[in-house]
This record gives sequence, C-alpha cells and structure tokens, in this order.
Amino acid sequence: MLEPIRQVTGRAVYVPGDDIDTDRITPARYLKVVTFDGLGEALFYDERFNPDGSEKPHPLNDPRFKGARIMLVGANFGCGSSREHSPQAIYRAGFRALIGQSFAEIFFGNATTLSLACVSAAKEDILALAQAIAQDPSLEVTVDVERLEVRYRDRSFPVNLPPTAQKALVEGRWDPIADLLEAGELIDQAAARLAKAVRS
Amino acid sequence: MGKSLYEKVWESHAIRTLPNGQTQLFIDTHLIHEVTSPQAFGMLRDLGLKVRYPERTFATVDHIVPTHSLLEPFEDPQADEMIRQLRKNVQEFGITFFDVTSGQQGIVHVIGPEQGITQPGMTIACGDSHTSTHGAFGAIAFGIGTTQVRDVLATQTMAVSKLKVRRINVNGKLQPGVYAKDVILHIIRTLGVNGGLGYAYEYGGSVFERFSMEERMTVCNMSIEGGARIGYVNPDQTTFDYLKGRPYAPKGAAWDEAVARWKALASDPDAHYDDVVNIQGEDIPPTVTWGINPGQGCAISDRVPDPAQYPEAQRASLEEALAHMKLRPGQPIKGVKVNVAFLGSCTNGRLSDFREAAKYLKGRKVAPGVRAIAVPGSQQVAKACEEEGIADIFREAGFEWRGAGCSMCLAMNPDRLVGDELCASSSNRNFKGRQGSPLGRTVLMSPVMVVAAAITGEISDAREVFGVGERVGA
Ligand code: SF4
Repeated sequence: MLEPIRQVTGRAVYVPGDDIDTDRITPARYLKVVTFDGLGEALFYDERFNPDGSEKPHPLNDPRFKGARIMLVGANFGCGSSREHSPQAIYRAGFRALIGQSFAEIFFGNATTLSLACVSAAKEDILALAQAIAQDPSLEVTVDVERLEVRYRDRSFPVNLPPTAQKALVEGRWDPIADLLEAGELIDQAAARLAKAVRS
Repeated sequence: MGKSLYEKVWESHAIRTLPNGQTQLFIDTHLIHEVTSPQAFGMLRDLGLKVRYPERTFATVDHIVPTHSLLEPFEDPQADEMIRQLRKNVQEFGITFFDVTSGQQGIVHVIGPEQGITQPGMTIACGDSHTSTHGAFGAIAFGIGTTQVRDVLATQTMAVSKLKVRRINVNGKLQPGVYAKDVILHIIRTLGVNGGLGYAYEYGGSVFERFSMEERMTVCNMSIEGGARIGYVNPDQTTFDYLKGRPYAPKGAAWDEAVARWKALASDPDAHYDDVVNIQGEDIPPTVTWGINPGQGCAISDRVPDPAQYPEAQRASLEEALAHMKLRPGQPIKGVKVNVAFLGSCTNGRLSDFREAAKYLKGRKVAPGVRAIAVPGSQQVAKACEEEGIADIFREAGFEWRGAGCSMCLAMNPDRLVGDELCASSSNRNFKGRQGSPLGRTVLMSPVMVVAAAITGEISDAREVFGVGERVGA
C-alpha cells in the first residue's frame, strides 16, 4: 500500500495562463536525461530565465512563494507532449497538488500516477484564491482530495476530480503497478487470444 | 444500436476492472524510443520485473539522432548516452530495435506503419503523444507517460478510463492546394486545442474515404493537438492495400483471416457516438498558424487577429501570442518574413509529403538567406527519395537534405532555431521554444506551403506561387 493522499496543505503560488504546454513546463533540452533526478530545476526554465541565465519576473522566482506546495493554474494545463518529465519536474520542485480550470489528459494521468493531485475548479474560485495569496503569500491552503474542496482562511470552494483518480489517491493506489500485476493469468489469456505483429 | 470501432476494440482488450474503477486494458503493441523509455527500464529494474512479452515491444531511436552525421560517438554526450542506454535496454530485455545501422530506423510513428507493425484493431501504446498517428489504421493508439511505459513493459497492460467518441465527418471535396494538414489544422481551429478533452476522435466522410493512408496519418497525428488523446479512421480497402506485403503484416491464409477480422471491426453504420461534427471539405482553406498553439491558425489569405476586437477575457492570450510571434495586430499573415523552412516530422515526413513538395520545388531555388532543411521521417523514406530523384530536387533547390529523425520538430538534436528566427514548418507544434530557441517562432503549414515559403522567403499562398491546379492524391 502506498501513502494515501487525502489532503494537501501548504502555501500556494499562482502561475497564470491557459494552454500551458509541456514544452514550456520542461523544455525539450532537459529531456536528454536517463533519470528524472534533478528535473525540478528545469521547471518552467525558459519562462523563468533569460538565455543569459538572468532571472525573468515569474511567480516561481518570487522569494515570497518559495516552498509552495500547491500551484494554481489556468485551463488545459499540460497540453502537448506526453513527457512525464513535466509532472516529475513539478513534483520534484516540491509541489503536491495543482488547482486548475482543466488539465490535458495525458498530463493528468502522469501526474496522478506520481500522487500529484490535479483538481479542477471554477475560474472565479481560482482567481479569488490567487488574489488572496497575492495579498498574503504565507496563506495556508488545503486541497481536500477526499471531500473535493479547497479551503483557506474561512473560505472554501468545490473542486472536481474523476472518481477513479480520487479513489486512486485516497486509497493509496495511485501507482497502479501492483494492481496490474495481480491480473496474472488473465493477461496471458489475452496475450494468447489477441493479435501481435510478427515478421514473416 | 451498433458499436463504434473504439467500443469493439475496447471490449476485446479489457481484462478487468481495477479497484479504482479504471479498466485494465491489454496492449497488443508497444513502441518505445530513447527519450521516454530509459527511466521506465530503470523502474523495472528497481522493482525486479522483466519485460512480460518482449516480442510485443519495438524500439527505435529518433528524437536525439543527429541528422547530419551518424558517426559515433555523437557530438552531444547526452545524446550519445541516450542511444547507449537504449541499446543496453533492448539487448538485456530481448526487444526488437530498429537501430541507426538497420536501414529501417526512423521516427517511431513513421516506421510502425512502414513495417506493418501497426495494424487495424490493435491497441498500441508509446511514450509519445503523437501515438495517435497509428489510429489511421483503425488502431486504438495511446500516447503514454514513462510510468505507463513501465506498466506496459511489465504487464503488457495499462490502467485507463474509457473515452467518449466524437465522429468528425469531412464530406465533399477539398479545393486544389488544400491538404490533409490543412484539414487537421482547420479541425483544431474549429473545435479548439482542448475541444477533444475526454474524447476519441473518429474521422470519416468522403474526404477521409479518398485519403491515402499517409494523409490519414497526418490527420490522426495531430488529434492530440486538438486535445484528443486518440484519433482514428475505420479500416477499409485503402488500409489493407497499404499493409499487404509489409514485413510485419500477416501473410498467406493469415492475411485473409486478418482482413475479414479487420473489416468486422469498423464502426457499424448505426454506431452510437457521443457527439458528431460535420465539416464541408470545400470550406477548408490552406491554413497556417500565427500563434503559439496549434489552434491559433487562420486561412493563408487572412489577417492575424487584432486583440482589441475580441472580448476582454481572450485578449491577454492573443496579445501574448502576437508578442512572441512579433506580429502586429491585424496584419496579413501572408508576406511575413521566414528565416528557416523545415520539412519533416511524424506529421509530414513521409514519402508522399516529399513527392508532393518536390513536384513544385523542382527547378526552383530557396530564397537567399533562408535556411531550408528537409528531414525524411525514416531511412526507408530517405532511400525512396534518393531512388526517385526527390532528394536531388531538394539539394539542387538549396535545401539541406538530411538523415532520418525528429530533428527540428523539437530540436533535441543539433538542428534548432537560433534567436528569434521564424520557421515555416511542416511539424505539429508551434509552442514557445519548441524548435530549440526560447525566442524561436514557428508557423505550422502543409509541406507544399513550406516549399512556397522557402523559395519566396516569406509566408506565401502556394496556390499563387505555383499556380496550383488539380491536386494529386485525394
Ligand atoms: S517528429 Fe516531432 S512530434 Fe513526431 S515524434 Fe518526433 S518530436 Fe515528436
């Protein structure tokens, strides 16, 4: 059994913009690696740094948001390539939950498998929270995966998560390998029945 | 009520329902490449697991291969390390590998079909989002992450949730000078870059019926750019004719059985769809992108948007795109200066793409100051282009004729944009930084339009440049 992810609590940072693609989250040159170690540094690299290495204004460069565990994002976050390097980089940079309007499908699956909770919420609610953290970067935010709500101060708003992902996180089944291996013979039966490409 | 191909393939490959409610789906064919597989093999080793059916996995190297020289070690030590890792992994686990010395190496989505590995009714997975390409054969093909690559290696299955199916009909005829690339750019522009979230796209209608396999692949390839993880076309005689005789296609009696099985898999005439979209082929213009996602496109005769004329909520993203692209609000897209022309990728790096482009390029020259690069999608495509004299046409015109690989589609090899160069590209993504320079600018278009841009030095309407008449193909 893996660690159940019932809720994520911590400080939050808002990274605005819709259709943020995986090339922006982790530029392709950071994919020339044979492990995922150290990818946290690649996170949003070209958005955060100029070609000469100097910093650009970016929420993740803002010292007030250092150590945030929750990222607020826009719509269709993580579109583009299937590179798991993107959620890996987000996870390795210390994030444990994302609150966005919507997520691209492959990204969402990859993130969930790493126990990175991606909950979706209404734009107004995200913007209100973004405003609250802009005023008080030390604000403690809770993403409640079990009750499907986000809480901060005396406020809360509902979030969505497909039931399969919610179950996987809350029951500590976010990495499916153990469940998949259990199928045992059923797999062999399918393999015997289903076509394969053979050179003849 | 009948069933769609998606439904039929799903039912025959579902093994069981997992405790979280997802389905454990059997994956017939697994394709891997050097970028997204090394960590998966690492995880496999950490868990002490084996590759369950090594004969169902096929490997190639495409993203990092240099296209100017295959001399090893590669100049880039990181790239060299990646090809070595892949060789070690395929050897240790007994996986077929189309290495650079095989004469069959190429972009994973080009060689799967080319070898006949991609077949109708199969479930196919690959750690690459453009795996949707294989749907052109009536396969259900998933782009997956690296942890899922591990799952498929270890169990030949993966955990997935069922999608809804949207049928997209393109009926009527395409106008001369309009290609498969324009069809998919138009679809993405119409339905949005996230319009396909939660859907598999089934493409059909008379335009698709007349399309060649390579044209179908171009469309299915970019399903993911429309937010749909899966896109497919029902298998028909065109599919069977393409596959017959390919190295991994069934032979003899097995071929006839396979064709009968494949025919039965096509969606029933009364199949249920969760949504239906109808597009008229005549309405599709030659389409180019002007922005930083593939949905930010327009007809070649159009002007780029003026954010002031859009609702407040949309302005910021339009302004961001125009600023990155260094375009003025409302300026015509035609006439924008081009620094680089790139012809290649898994979208448009197949033989028919080079043939069609060569028809118009023949006897013409690349404009002074334009760096033009042609990169065949596979070594087989490269070979055919040499044999047919296509490679020479490109060379004589002033294109650099390169070896097979992904190249400047994502610039993990030495081919990349410099500074804020603008590239007329036949690839699939115009994201910021996609072609290797954070400031680089990409304009997506069909291969013939890339050639038109290369010889005029600006974004051009190929129909005007070449006086395009009846198009070849569909
Ligand atoms: S050609 Fe481009 S999109 Fe296709 S697999 Fe290679 S990098 Fe990906």
